[in-house]
Amino acid sequence: MEKSFLLGLYETMFRIRTFEEEVKRQFEDGNIPGFIHLASGQEAVSAGACAAINKDDYIGSTHRGHANLIAKGGRTDRMMAELFARETGYCKGRGGCLHITDMSVGSLGANGIVAAGIIVTNGAALSSKLLKNKKVTLSFFGDGATNQGKFHEAMNLASLWSLPIVFICENNLYGEATPQAKHMKTKDIAVRAKAYDMPGIVVDGQDVLKVYEVMTDAVKMARDGKGPSLIEAKTYRFHGHHIGDPETYRTREEVEEWMEKRDPIKLFKAKLLKDFKVSGSEIDPIETKILKEIENAVRFASESPAPDPATLTQNVYA
Amino acid sequence: MTEMKLITGKDAIRDALIEEMRRDKTVFLLGEDLEQATFGVTDGLLEEFGAERVRNTPISENAIVGAAIGAALTGMRPVAEIMFADFLMDAMDPIVNTMAKARFMTGGQAKIPMVIRTPSGAGLSAGAQHSQSPEALFMHIPGIKIAVPSTPYDMKGLLKTAIRIDDPVLFFEHKMLYYEGGEVPVGDYTIPFGKADVKRKGKDVTIVAVLAMVKKAMMAADILANEGIEVEIVDPMTLNPLDMETIINSVKKTKRLLTVEEGARTGGIGAEIAARVAEDALDYLDAPVKRLGGSDTPIPFSPVLEEAMYPTEDTIANAVKQMLG
Repeated sequence: MEKSFLLGLYETMFRIRTFEEEVKRQFEDGNIPGFIHLASGQEAVSAGACAAINKDDYIGSTHRGHANLIAKGGRTDRMMAELFARETGYCKGRGGCLHITDMSVGSLGANGIVAAGIIVTNGAALSSKLLKNKKVTLSFFGDGATNQGKFHEAMNLASLWSLPIVFICENNLYGEATPQAKHMKTKDIAVRAKAYDMPGIVVDGQDVLKVYEVMTDAVKMARDGKGPSLIEAKTYRFHGHHIGDPETYRTREEVEEWMEKRDPIKLFKAKLLKDFKVSGSEIDPIETKILKEIENAVRFASESPAPDPATLTQNVYA
Repeated sequence: MTEMKLITGKDAIRDALIEEMRRDKTVFLLGEDLEQATFGVTDGLLEEFGAERVRNTPISENAIVGAAIGAALTGMRPVAEIMFADFLMDAMDPIVNTMAKARFMTGGQAKIPMVIRTPSGAGLSAGAQHSQSPEALFMHIPGIKIAVPSTPYDMKGLLKTAIRIDDPVLFFEHKMLYYEGGEVPVGDYTIPFGKADVKRKGKDVTIVAVLAMVKKAMMAADILANEGIEVEIVDPMTLNPLDMETIINSVKKTKRLLTVEEGARTGGIGAEIAARVAEDALDYLDAPVKRLGGSDTPIPFSPVLEEAMYPTEDTIANAVKQMLG
């Protein structure tokens, strides 16, 4: 693997983490309204998965969608402006955290309804099949979504039609405030693929290279017209379901243990230094660059205008 | 003179689909049992366009609507069929939360040029879950255009427009109109959304009716004409956009408004139209507005009870006479 590619993966993960942590601060300072769902801890899934597809491929995202969009190429300044509810945001301040998207980079949208994005991603994959443009769609969703009928309808249809799509379950072990064992008997969500006659693979979602490797195979299969797969990436969110979640469903010790031992960024950095002979002086400038980028994103957002109430009724119809 | 031909409602829909699919390669169909063609609408389309563009789906309304949304977002113009309008309830989430809102909540980035066609209405003793007229439910949801054609001419012209515009459209096809005949021009024509059609001119009472109720209102008009009463029948054609201008101009002339729909009266189409007339033209009214609609009950199986639950030419004619005192 080329060093530039590896450093690119690191940059994406570091960008996601820095963005998310800054969003948390800005929310707590009262600069961001609404409900915010952070993906700190889950960076390796988005970074590894999106590294396995092309710029013009599609992704569908979830209510916890910042990481997906950053990994697909979304700009952090436009994203921050959206969270600040400003006119310069990707959705002109009409969408916010739950609906953040940049369609120009192939994101079909975050979706505030659990599992609602999955059925939509099938449609993008269907259009690629009909237009024969060889594009692949990645469909992100969480563990909770796999208990929705929409997940099962979508899996069946994608399998039946051999759609060029990869279903990627970011299993962060909790569906909102309920641990997995309390919302399904199934231990590995990947086994649900069996019911739809497609491959189901479990991968360590804290290991960006493993995610990338598994996704590369699944994407190739989809692009070659051999149909969909279900990839379950076992991961963990460092923060609550949303900022302000009292988190009564898990212990502080558990969270701290994950942050200490299973932080995907720490793990990958150690691997870069040890296994790939990358030096600290190659990583430092990346981190400095990202810190500056996020600082600028906050400035861009805070200096941007709020939407004009006179424009309220725009964009309901064409 | 435009050359005309006599065709049924189902063939008007079918002809619109065929012509649009020939014209635009991005138009495709998906839905349950399209190959067998439940009401005969999609007869023969598989043979002409193939299974790629005439897509038989599993019984999965969420997956059907979701796939249509995703395809519309990425360059296609899908026409989804939901086999009975009652089954729209299965797909309320993608319809209401994604299809209707995607353009707005992405700040205008998303374009959703898709149509959901669906047979609605009672008259076949199909019971409470295969007979509903839920058009008014969707008037409450900003972001969805709604077509309610009452003749083969309107069906074909409005469906072509529905397929060509860049907004999601819910297209209601009343089952009892599938086998009614009507004159349709040979070749291409479209009918714009948001322009009501005055189906009959009159001076005494304005009747606003949609779908199968237009025909009932026309029959009532014949009964009333024998008694010297001339009603004006306004067919809105689309409920969103709703052409209030034509309705209000008619009310200003007749001074009386009767609305007729098949769906439940409470919270119905007539309720919205009556409220708007009260806001904008109350001073022109010489009598209270009257609304006729389906009874506020589920739709019964018994043909006798079913016939009793929605307006007929007689109940419409009687309502008009009451209004004229």
